[in-house]
Amino acid sequence: MPDRPEPVLDVRDLKTVFKTRTGEVHAVNSISFDLRPGELLGVVGESGSGKSVTMMSLIGLLPSPPAQIRGGTVTFEGRNLLTVPEADLRKIRGRRIGFVFQDPMTSLNPVFTVGDQIIEPIRKHMRLDRKAARARALELMQLVGIPDAARRLTDYPHQFSGGMRQRVMIAIALACDPDILIADEPTTALDVTIQAQILDLVHDLREKLGMAIVWITHDLGVIAGIADRVMVMYGGQVVEQAPVKELFARPRHPYTRALLKTIPSVRGARAPKLTVIEGQPPILGAAPEACSFRDRCPYRFAACDAANPPRFEVGPRHDAACFWNFDRDAPRDAAPAGEALNA
Amino acid sequence: MLTFTLRRVLISIPTLLVIAFAIFMLLELAPGDPTAQLPLTIPPEVREQIRQSLGLGEPLPVRFGKWLIQFFWVEPLHIINGIFGTDFAEGAQRVLSWQTRSPVMDIVWQRMPQTLWVVGMSYIVGVAIALPIGIYSAYKQYSVFDQAGTFVSMIGYSVPPFFSGVLVIVIFSVKLGWFPSIYDTTHVVNDWDSFVVQLRQMIMPVMVLALQTTAQISRFMRASMLDNLGQDYVRTARAKGMSERSVVLRHTLRNSMIPVVTVIALGVPGIFGGAIITEQVFKVNGIGQLLITAIQANDLPMVQTLTFIFAILIVLFNLIADVLYGVLDPRIRYD
Repeated sequence: MPDRPEPVLDVRDLKTVFKTRTGEVHAVNSISFDLRPGELLGVVGESGSGKSVTMMSLIGLLPSPPAQIRGGTVTFEGRNLLTVPEADLRKIRGRRIGFVFQDPMTSLNPVFTVGDQIIEPIRKHMRLDRKAARARALELMQLVGIPDAARRLTDYPHQFSGGMRQRVMIAIALACDPDILIADEPTTALDVTIQAQILDLVHDLREKLGMAIVWITHDLGVIAGIADRVMVMYGGQVVEQAPVKELFARPRHPYTRALLKTIPSVRGARAPKLTVIEGQPPILGAAPEACSFRDRCPYRFAACDAANPPRFEVGPRHDAACFWNFDRDAPRDAAPAGEALNA
Repeated sequence: MLTFTLRRVLISIPTLLVIAFAIFMLLELAPGDPTAQLPLTIPPEVREQIRQSLGLGEPLPVRFGKWLIQFFWVEPLHIINGIFGTDFAEGAQRVLSWQTRSPVMDIVWQRMPQTLWVVGMSYIVGVAIALPIGIYSAYKQYSVFDQAGTFVSMIGYSVPPFFSGVLVIVIFSVKLGWFPSIYDTTHVVNDWDSFVVQLRQMIMPVMVLALQTTAQISRFMRASMLDNLGQDYVRTARAKGMSERSVVLRHTLRNSMIPVVTVIALGVPGIFGGAIITEQVFKVNGIGQLLITAIQANDLPMVQTLTFIFAILIVLFNLIADVLYGVLDPRIRYD
């Protein structure tokens, strides 16, 4: 997007904390990002990196307690979603911002027909009568490619396959023509061919309807195929953010580089072992005061223990939260004074 | 669904026959003599004549067969006679009580209203209180309300009715004098004042029994709601922008009711069985009390018939619970 229009969603310094019996867990630590109209933002990171929690925090979907949003702003249409009353938030959820969740097997209510479940938000938000809402639901089911939609409207979720259920979830999310669709690992629970069908579907829908999409996944292959821009998350922070081609060509954070190396290639000789990133992602009991990736990082040096790296501009619309300058293969100038290199 | 129900009804016929036989054999094998309570001055040959006249002289299979015919053929015909004024099976032998020599079913019909009024009402009251408590406790888990509910449920579970019954009698009848301590079964309700009297004498037994029902059902409801509130589809409902009311009372409750309905349905036969202890404490001469006195007097036809009626009810409500299951949960439709 060369002309960079106004973002539809602007998140600044979002902090989310879970209060547990054993103490606090800082799941989201000062995350900032924005989303432009019609853009597809891919969010990647391993399990526990805070991808889902970030997106659920935006719209008040986390149960509180234990979750608590500690700070930041989420600007949508000039309003801060973190402070609008719950009743207003409900008018935004499902109407302006649609959600698709990971597991289509459990995300639909087993005791209502899929028709009922699609009609519900239409009737609530668009105030259509029963007949018009039904017509709209039928239209949506055809839009997401469910064959024989008229008959299937009165079927229950257990009569659908996994891929078809995910299509139903997408139909529900799109029911009121949202400006933003947040898809939280929508293809993780599906097998590869169905995954490809769902990706194609989202591609088409985006062209037809033009909403902005946030696509959470831990599959970089999926991201490469559909995203405009990618945000890499680690330890509840954004560690790198760039347009998709730029990210794959010039990764500027050690974590991103490590992630890219873990993708097995289908070409060439078969690798004897899959590449892994050694170690475990951190569970943060407090806001990080040093780089949270340092224990697993081959480039670690003194500065990494001294401060949590901010996001440095490393290219056009490309930033990375690392003190190491990969272009010069040396510590960054802005790095806090460290005595010696370890790596 | 219809075929499922019909099949279940057909299967329950052999089940009930086996149950009837088991009850009959158990009573047969149990020690005891119907003449044991008669005065010791009655000579043995007269006792033997009494036994013969009660039908005990005949071999066991004949007695079982006769009971089956009486229960399944003669008694239903008498019910039809009662309704339509016909005279089927006139003069046929009915199931007679050894104590009173009057038909067992007539006594049951006399006792049933007391039991249904007191025990049935307590069940309705108990369930009606338990469901909202369970739902709200789960929705506000670990709140003050939830903790208080847990505490009261524990009391309801652990205090037996022979204690709580006597306790409320001491407090409300003896000390305060608000309610009568004895349930008057001869009381006839025909105007407002007599209705108030009926209410007053019902309050204490209903209270004691409802405490138990509430404790059990509210725990079930809470546990089931908690299971479902954490489900993904609840999050989906919230993500659709549904109100909390709709999320809890429409999406979650419908799913949570599935196991609870079974528990409630299976508790219903217990109502007809009466509350043996509570009926004793409050002197309600209902079915429970009838069974106890029949057992003490070795009145085998009465015990056999009552026990078998309970068995029918249990089989019936099992069936009803299964059908309700299918109605509530589309995944369990049996065709």
